[in-house]
Amino acid sequence: MPAWLDLVVRVLIVIIVIFVAPLVIGQTEHKVMAHMQGRLGPMYAGAYHGWAQLVADAAKFIQKEDITPRAADRPVFKIAPVISMLPYMIVVLVIPLGPGGLVAQKLDIGLFFVLAVFGLGVIAVLMASWASANKFALMGGLRAAAQLLGYELPFVLAAASVAMAAGTLSLSGIVEAWRPWWLIWQLPALVVFFLAGLAEIRRTPFDMPIADSELVAGYLVEYTGLRYAFFMLAEYAGIFVISALTTVLFLGGWKGPFGLDTELGWLWTLIKIACVSFVVLWVRIAYPRLREDQLQRLCWLGLVPAALAQLVLTAGVKLAL
Amino acid sequence: MTVADVLLITIGAVVLGSALLVVTTRHLVRAGLWLIVTLIGVAAAYLVLTAEMVAWVQILLYLGAVVVLLLFAVMLTRAPIGVSDDLNRPRWPGALVGLGAAGALGALLVNAYRWEKVELPEAGTAERIGEQVFQSWVLPFELVGLLLLAALIGAIVLSQPGDDSVSGRKK
Repeated sequence: MPAWLDLVVRVLIVIIVIFVAPLVIGQTEHKVMAHMQGRLGPMYAGAYHGWAQLVADAAKFIQKEDITPRAADRPVFKIAPVISMLPYMIVVLVIPLGPGGLVAQKLDIGLFFVLAVFGLGVIAVLMASWASANKFALMGGLRAAAQLLGYELPFVLAAASVAMAAGTLSLSGIVEAWRPWWLIWQLPALVVFFLAGLAEIRRTPFDMPIADSELVAGYLVEYTGLRYAFFMLAEYAGIFVISALTTVLFLGGWKGPFGLDTELGWLWTLIKIACVSFVVLWVRIAYPRLREDQLQRLCWLGLVPAALAQLVLTAGVKLAL
Repeated sequence: MTVADVLLITIGAVVLGSALLVVTTRHLVRAGLWLIVTLIGVAAAYLVLTAEMVAWVQILLYLGAVVVLLLFAVMLTRAPIGVSDDLNRPRWPGALVGLGAAGALGALLVNAYRWEKVELPEAGTAERIGEQVFQSWVLPFELVGLLLLAALIGAIVLSQPGDDSVSGRKK
């Protein structure tokens, strides 16, 4: 295959993944949430257990009027939803699915790249919140910024612990160095990374910037139709990316229980991503939203010290080995 | 002209244009947004020069933290939508300092290298930077770490509420 065709195919696959995975997760959320709450969820669209509900939703979003508030900063308001998707699309490029280069773009410092790009998601939120010219939106944006600045620290520290343990910044290299007993050794980092990741994508119980019962819907309040749908898509793409990162960094990526990693590696990765995504949905259904001060307390008094302690532990074990 | 040259010139033009917009736009928050474009451009220039580690550090720190903090501060205090007419921007002194610095640096570089060709050094991978920092530059690295630690403790002490003897404020 010529180089350019190879590149086009890889980019196309990434684009398909980043648009399909959120839909699958969204539909799963409909059904999982419904069953956990003792109801059925969508049942009519598409006949079999409402599988086409999100297609129907998309048709609804397309038909809705695209409203821009008169006082809004038009160009910034309009471009913000598109920018909200970009960081997640770029991150998916370097996440390895299986061994032997089953990844869209190999990168020696993949972990660092992922952390750097992932933090950019908040810029779209800040743009949307400010350009909406709405006080609820602005407050949502401020909360998002404060939240991101705080949670970035434990997020990066937990990832650094794994990088130290594996001795590499390459995501494929980390999976290769991974051993099952790391599940215990890196357990605190796993918990910190997962929680901080949930906070970074502003997912319940860390969805203070949206908080529909206090801020109406925060930075989403002025958005309608397709632009709103884009923000929703970005949220579910964020779940996919966080689940994939947790899988690759802490759960051994393509390593499965019976060998056969070369043939079935991609399947193990996908199964693990699906399981982590399920936990993300479960957390949303099980826990109420944190209060703003509780959110900052959890970060600075819980996650940051835990991440630092994990770094000391990792260094200690690494030196002892 | 190689591909790298063309890329560098294009990126340079984008950086220069967006940097000019940062200082000339009269929309307060948009100046911050143009700063994002400028910093991404600088990171892209690092990438073209094969300093990938520095490029991603630039994105992580400047875009992920510094610009977000800056936008946060602007929005927290005063962030009008639309044109702000009361911006206090000293035009001529600003232009003088900016052009002076650019001219002096440009003259210095042109004078130092003329038409000499400089080969690109080895790629700035994380491994190589790590080796350099922890072998050749350990002492400066530790000193910088100490300085940052002192600044961190200082910031915590200064932000303690209610302790007038430290902050020097009277209630």
